[in-house]
Amino acid sequence: MDENAITLSINGRDTTCFVRNAATLLYILREKLGLTGAKPGCLNGDCGACTIDVDGEPMKSCLMLAVEGEGKKITTIEGMKQTTIQSQFIEKFAFQCGYCTPGFIMNCHALIQKHPDATDDMIKNWMESNICRCTGYKEIEDAVKTALRQANQNTDG
Amino acid sequence: MISYDFDYHKPTAIQEALELFQALKKQGKKPVYFSGGTEIITLGRVNELVTDAVIDIKAIPECNTYKQDNRLILGAALTLTNVLDLQSFPFLEKAVAEIADNTARNKITLGGNICANIIYREAVLPLLLTDSRILLASLDGLTEKPISELFHQELQLKDGELLVQVMTDLEAIQLPFYIVKKRRQWGVGYPLITVAALRKQNKVHVAISGLCSFPFRNKQMEDSLNNEQLSIDERIEAALKHIPATVLDDVHGSDAYRIFVLKNTLRDILRVLGGAENDG
Repeated sequence: MDENAITLSINGRDTTCFVRNAATLLYILREKLGLTGAKPGCLNGDCGACTIDVDGEPMKSCLMLAVEGEGKKITTIEGMKQTTIQSQFIEKFAFQCGYCTPGFIMNCHALIQKHPDATDDMIKNWMESNICRCTGYKEIEDAVKTALRQANQNTDG
Repeated sequence: MISYDFDYHKPTAIQEALELFQALKKQGKKPVYFSGGTEIITLGRVNELVTDAVIDIKAIPECNTYKQDNRLILGAALTLTNVLDLQSFPFLEKAVAEIADNTARNKITLGGNICANIIYREAVLPLLLTDSRILLASLDGLTEKPISELFHQELQLKDGELLVQVMTDLEAIQLPFYIVKKRRQWGVGYPLITVAALRKQNKVHVAISGLCSFPFRNKQMEDSLNNEQLSIDERIEAALKHIPATVLDDVHGSDAYRIFVLKNTLRDILRVLGGAENDG
């Protein structure tokens, strides 16, 4: 199988790796780069467990080829350090088994960055992209709403 | 993981993409244009779509166009999120807002949905009803045609032809519309049926997805729905006779249930968009 060298900007660092054109970004993150925070779930774009941030937008890394990532700013859960949403997931106990948590956090973080004034409808619309099989949705909702409030307080202050 | 390999090309001009397509064909390959690529990746993973070369069109400026003068021009490589954020075409926005989910819409493109294998392709419905036009590129040059002329079950593209843009008159964008996606349950997922309607010159026009294995707009169906000599129920019964293919009968719903839901939805449409006021 042919592999080509590409350079990806991940979590603030440029990384060159050899990839097959047909390899998804999820596969390369996990199997070539050791970034196992993005989780393989359905591999079909349905569950959101593999969500990462690409140029400020949440992206399902199972729906993206690694070669498409060249020239883009990619952030994975490993690149998130003590963000408000992470603290709130702990504070509100917004996880049970934890498998979906990195994907949820990446999606929530992008929502807070892009729409700090997100309405309840918008929060629901964004969160529909991720599935929690432990059904911890209420706690996740509490976490994201508290993080949004904190983000607004910080902006106001 | 996709088990087979393919070449990946990312041209920056229409001509380059078209020439690449032909060159790859001459090498004996089966190239496909790749926009959001979500379907190529997901179907490729289960070997339902096999290609040995993809041509990514996202770096072609014309495919990323957004222009608005006397008509709205949308590039085929705009994502569904782009279409929503532009807030220029409420009918289309309402249709695409229900496709997949918010994160997936950051990857799925307008052209990708129109040309998809998936049977629903709801973005097509408002385009059919607003008599939108599409810009196609081939080695013979650029051609603009009404989408109604080229969309028969699927977009009839010639080998190597590229969907570049979609154009819609602003006048058509401002017409009253109605669109509803009925699911068996929940607010996310594949539809039972999606019905879209537009009121133009006192007539109601209808396009449907999820009823048959392709989206469609049918003139005889519309004539029946606008026949004021008949009662509303008679109009709907007459319209149902013009469903162009077998009604789907699957896990999302039986054929009889789909027809039941369609009848009620058509009744809602005639009530909301007019036409029901002369119910005989």
